[in-house]
Amino acid sequence: MNKPPIQEILKQRVLVLDGAMGTMIQRYSLDENDFRNDALKEHPHSLKGNNDLLVLTRPDIIKAIHKEYLAAGADILETNTFSGTTIAQADYKLEHLVYDINYQGAVVAREAIEEYYQVDSSRPRYVAGSMGPTNRTASISPDVNDPGYRAVTFDELAKAFKEQAKALMDGGVDLLLLETIIDTLNVKAALYAIMELFEEEGRSLPVMVSATITDASGRTLSGQTTEAFLISVAHAPLLSVGLNCALGAKELRPYMQVLGKESPFFVSAYPNAGLPNEFGLYDQTAGEMAEQVKSFLEEGLVNILGGCCGTTPEHIKAMAELAKQYTPRPLPTVEV
Amino acid sequence: MKSYLKLSGLEPLVITPETNFVNIGERTNVTGSAKFLRLIKENKFEEALEVALEQVRGGAQVIDVNMDEGMIDSEAAMVKFLNLMASEPEISRVPVMIDSSKWDVIEAGLKCIQGKGIVNSISLKSGEAEFIYQAKKIKRYGAATVVMAFDEKGQADTYERRIQICERAYRILVDKVQFQPEDIIFDPNIFPVGTGIEEHKNYAIDFFKATRWIRTHLPGAHVSGGVSNVSFSFRGNNSVREAMHSAFLYHAIKEGMDMGIVNPSMLEVYENIPKDLLERVEDVLLNRREDATERLLEYAEQVKSSGKVQVKDLEWRNTTVEERLTYALVKGEIEFIDQDTEEARLKYGHPLKVIEGPLMAGMNVVGDLFGEGKMFLPQVVKSARVMKKSVAYLFPYLEAEKSKGGSSTAGKILLATVKGDVHDIGKNIVGVVLACNNYEIIDLGVMVPADKILAAAREHQVDIIGLSGLITPSLDEMVHVAKEMQREGFTIPLLIGGATTSRIHTAVKIDPCYSGAVVHVLDASKSVPVASTLLSTTLKDTTKEKYKQEYVKMREEHAAKQEDKHYISYTEACLNKKKIDWASYTPPIPNKLGVHTCTNVPVATLRQYIDWTPFFQTWMLKGKYPKILKDPVIGVEAQKLLKDAQEMLDTIEAEHWLQANGVYGLFPANTVSDDAIEVYDLNAYEVKEKLFHLRQQGKKGTTIPNLSLADFIAPKASGKTDYIGAFAVTAGLGIEKHLERFAKEQDDYNSILLKALADRLAEAFAEYLHEQIRKEFWGYAPSENLSNESLIDEEYRGIRPAPGYPACPDHTEKTTLFRLLDVEHSTGIRLTESLAMYPAASVSGFYLAHPDAIYFGLGKISKDQVEAYSQHKGQDISFVEKWLAPNLNYDI
Repeated sequence: MNKPPIQEILKQRVLVLDGAMGTMIQRYSLDENDFRNDALKEHPHSLKGNNDLLVLTRPDIIKAIHKEYLAAGADILETNTFSGTTIAQADYKLEHLVYDINYQGAVVAREAIEEYYQVDSSRPRYVAGSMGPTNRTASISPDVNDPGYRAVTFDELAKAFKEQAKALMDGGVDLLLLETIIDTLNVKAALYAIMELFEEEGRSLPVMVSATITDASGRTLSGQTTEAFLISVAHAPLLSVGLNCALGAKELRPYMQVLGKESPFFVSAYPNAGLPNEFGLYDQTAGEMAEQVKSFLEEGLVNILGGCCGTTPEHIKAMAELAKQYTPRPLPTVEV
Repeated sequence: MKSYLKLSGLEPLVITPETNFVNIGERTNVTGSAKFLRLIKENKFEEALEVALEQVRGGAQVIDVNMDEGMIDSEAAMVKFLNLMASEPEISRVPVMIDSSKWDVIEAGLKCIQGKGIVNSISLKSGEAEFIYQAKKIKRYGAATVVMAFDEKGQADTYERRIQICERAYRILVDKVQFQPEDIIFDPNIFPVGTGIEEHKNYAIDFFKATRWIRTHLPGAHVSGGVSNVSFSFRGNNSVREAMHSAFLYHAIKEGMDMGIVNPSMLEVYENIPKDLLERVEDVLLNRREDATERLLEYAEQVKSSGKVQVKDLEWRNTTVEERLTYALVKGEIEFIDQDTEEARLKYGHPLKVIEGPLMAGMNVVGDLFGEGKMFLPQVVKSARVMKKSVAYLFPYLEAEKSKGGSSTAGKILLATVKGDVHDIGKNIVGVVLACNNYEIIDLGVMVPADKILAAAREHQVDIIGLSGLITPSLDEMVHVAKEMQREGFTIPLLIGGATTSRIHTAVKIDPCYSGAVVHVLDASKSVPVASTLLSTTLKDTTKEKYKQEYVKMREEHAAKQEDKHYISYTEACLNKKKIDWASYTPPIPNKLGVHTCTNVPVATLRQYIDWTPFFQTWMLKGKYPKILKDPVIGVEAQKLLKDAQEMLDTIEAEHWLQANGVYGLFPANTVSDDAIEVYDLNAYEVKEKLFHLRQQGKKGTTIPNLSLADFIAPKASGKTDYIGAFAVTAGLGIEKHLERFAKEQDDYNSILLKALADRLAEAFAEYLHEQIRKEFWGYAPSENLSNESLIDEEYRGIRPAPGYPACPDHTEKTTLFRLLDVEHSTGIRLTESLAMYPAASVSGFYLAHPDAIYFGLGKISKDQVEAYSQHKGQDISFVEKWLAPNLNYDI
């Protein structure tokens, strides 16, 4: 299917991003064998829990989950590549598989969409290449006694993100999504790398960024306010800026209002299914979550709506039905 | 939406036309501040940070950092200082200006700042190509930039050169690099005036004019400059310099200069400048008189240089030492911490009391503020550092106290933030507090996988492992560590702490995975008492037991609460009963139907069936028999006790202290409804008694039934006659006179020993009789051949649930059972008013023989079942509710 540019669709309606991948994978109760293929048979490290690997070892499961979200009404699928950097994969000694993970992650999502067009081709669907923050922070020291220490550098991050973005592009994603940003310097390195990559490739893709407000202070983990974050990434030609994870829709609302007011880009929101209970589980039902995100729509704060931790196709379905009833946030015109 | 110059540190700084003027702090500049240069050269970065902090507190909205000095590795110093600044939230709140003439230093700096800063500076000095290259990079890094009025020919020093270079640079940036115009800040060069040199006389005027031109002709662009340059020739005379800076800014701002590198403490308020001084200063700036410079010099020599000494806001120093410590912790203020700590030490008399008192109190304030979202993580890290410094100060005193006491370390404790989590403030505080209390701390840091924790625990032979975590996935990781500890046979205590952890999570999820002590530690202040009791040789076992029991209780309460939420109706529960294929089942016919007594069963027989584990539990000795006898701590005690018990059993046997009587009955029976079992006379013609059993009502998983004991007897509708048994045994007959004797002799030990043994013998009797039933009297398992251990583990077919216990908690069924077997008459056991059996050493119950029959807990039930049950049983509902009170999921 020939897709119109997503920018055009975003002006017409609120698009729906899919929900949690991890929550869905858990339902399959996978074991170590599911995370291994022939090539990984002898891999000396435990691989269970390395969900990104499933695009290589159990693509059937990932594709099935993608399709569940399409059936629920998602317009944008996220590839299952959140930890697909050499930095994050180093935990499993799988740096050498980073290209394959991202390439195949893109392919599996694209195939899911192509196959789903047989069921419903009434509107275009897009693949967003998911790029997580890695498990290291460039502006926070992990050592309280040595605040000047850094476990990862800007250059290391830029290199890792560039490799990931390249593989995602080669695999055919429509968008890049830098998500769950806990340290703005990490995402600045990613944006630097992506802009360099676009220049080298001679083509570019729309880029979405989505930060995470970690606690009641309303700041990112690295201490920035929402507006400071927006300012820190606005130098890049972004498709959208938004917030995801850590908080539920209700808690996210004041920060969404900041973005709604200040963002020169489209705005996205994909909160968790509420706050986790004391066992780290999410109790919020689809109906409760839809009720809470409704205010984002009523106030005209968002263009892209979806779910993060604890959300399921039911949540996405509820939000998709809701999103239909509202007009998207208009893109502001910027004058010097 | 209007486009403005937007900068950020941790907080935004948006420069709008209403902003007037942005102060850029200049003291963190090795070329401008001798003090800062010295600190950097001496590698005193911590103190150098104070300079930056002073600037922010003094009102700087942006911090300029410059490390350009021949003797300094500028790039390394820039990176180090910016990284340190990032850890000081009060400083990193504001945007950074990365100031260097070397591109490499600028680029290294850009890689350290998460916010949007300013580069200072680039220019056309080395030509267009380099200018474009650098501008493109700056754009990609996400910063604004200062552009010096400088080109291939040199620095612009006239109005014309200034505007010509700025216009050229602007066009390149906007047209060729697509640089945001509002991100361009021109520095049209502030040069010294009043130098006595003719060509310098118009420097200030030309700057003002160029500023006006830029602001008018280059839309979006800003104008900045280094203000202190203008007064360079009046160094040493701060009064004059301050007046010059103020007057210069007054005019420059009017012309459109909207940013500037200034020292706020070297700035007099324009209105406060003495009129005669102002006139002479402005004469120089505006080149209003030929003799302007001379007149200003004259004035300068007259006034004493009484430059203002900057006064920090030290109001907080006038409070009590406790308040000061709290202030220092909350603000992360390190300057006076040693001094205040010393004062507190003298006041409190003992260094430990300072830590446990005012310092912990201060950290609690920090914790509360963090919880309320009024402080955020980087600030808390700073507080932890102040805490650390204070403790470091106290350390030698603690050591001295220790050597006075002559005690060695209180124990070794391993601390780690679990895999996947980087948060360690809480853990570090715990480490500090424990270390101060004489514990040796092995801190493995953050993101530590389970195998590493266990390996280190082995290597260092630690006494306790402490796990910390702040994010929710850490909860699962802690469970994982606990399981690994169990698997690898650890027995040392496991402490759980951190923001997402909770007592309930620890009790429900972690504690059951590990047989050693598991304790949730609410905060650092609790870590010391917890650790000391867990390691105390006299208290550790009881402490562990105390926590275990507490957590078991919490688990039960939690499970009960969970069930609360998930009940199904009694009708649904009945539909979800245990489905047994009765058609293909042939109920075994008992060999000895009817009621039979066994009187005076020899103790010699029964004692072989004793389960000793509960016996030791009675004596608060926890452990499984026979392993308990080899326990390094309580083994000897257990052996002694067992020896005494065996000797008393010998006496009981030889002197016939106790009589063991029992009765059992085996009857035809069928289930006739969801809750009733009919017990027939031997010809199955007549209903002798009806037994009633309750059904689980908690919501179950898809394949799990809602059980009732009634499910294990064939229903009448199956057309098959099934059978049920009942029994009552005692080993306590004749015990009173011996108890009385021990009481008279005030021999509590033997009194308790006898009671405990009678109980054990009664249980052994039940076990023994059940075996006889299976092998002979009912005879469905004639060839069963099990050891006592296997009997204790219930590895046989069939169950013997007792009324009043989890599977059938209705005590009133005992009345039916007693009637059925005529228990009182045949054994001497009677039921008290509250339906307890007397003698206490008695056991009664039913026999169910179906292979699928299992023990279960009824759990809580709803009113609909109670109503049906009381109606079927013909009992008043309030009577049923009274007896079943602990099992009701509603209040009565």
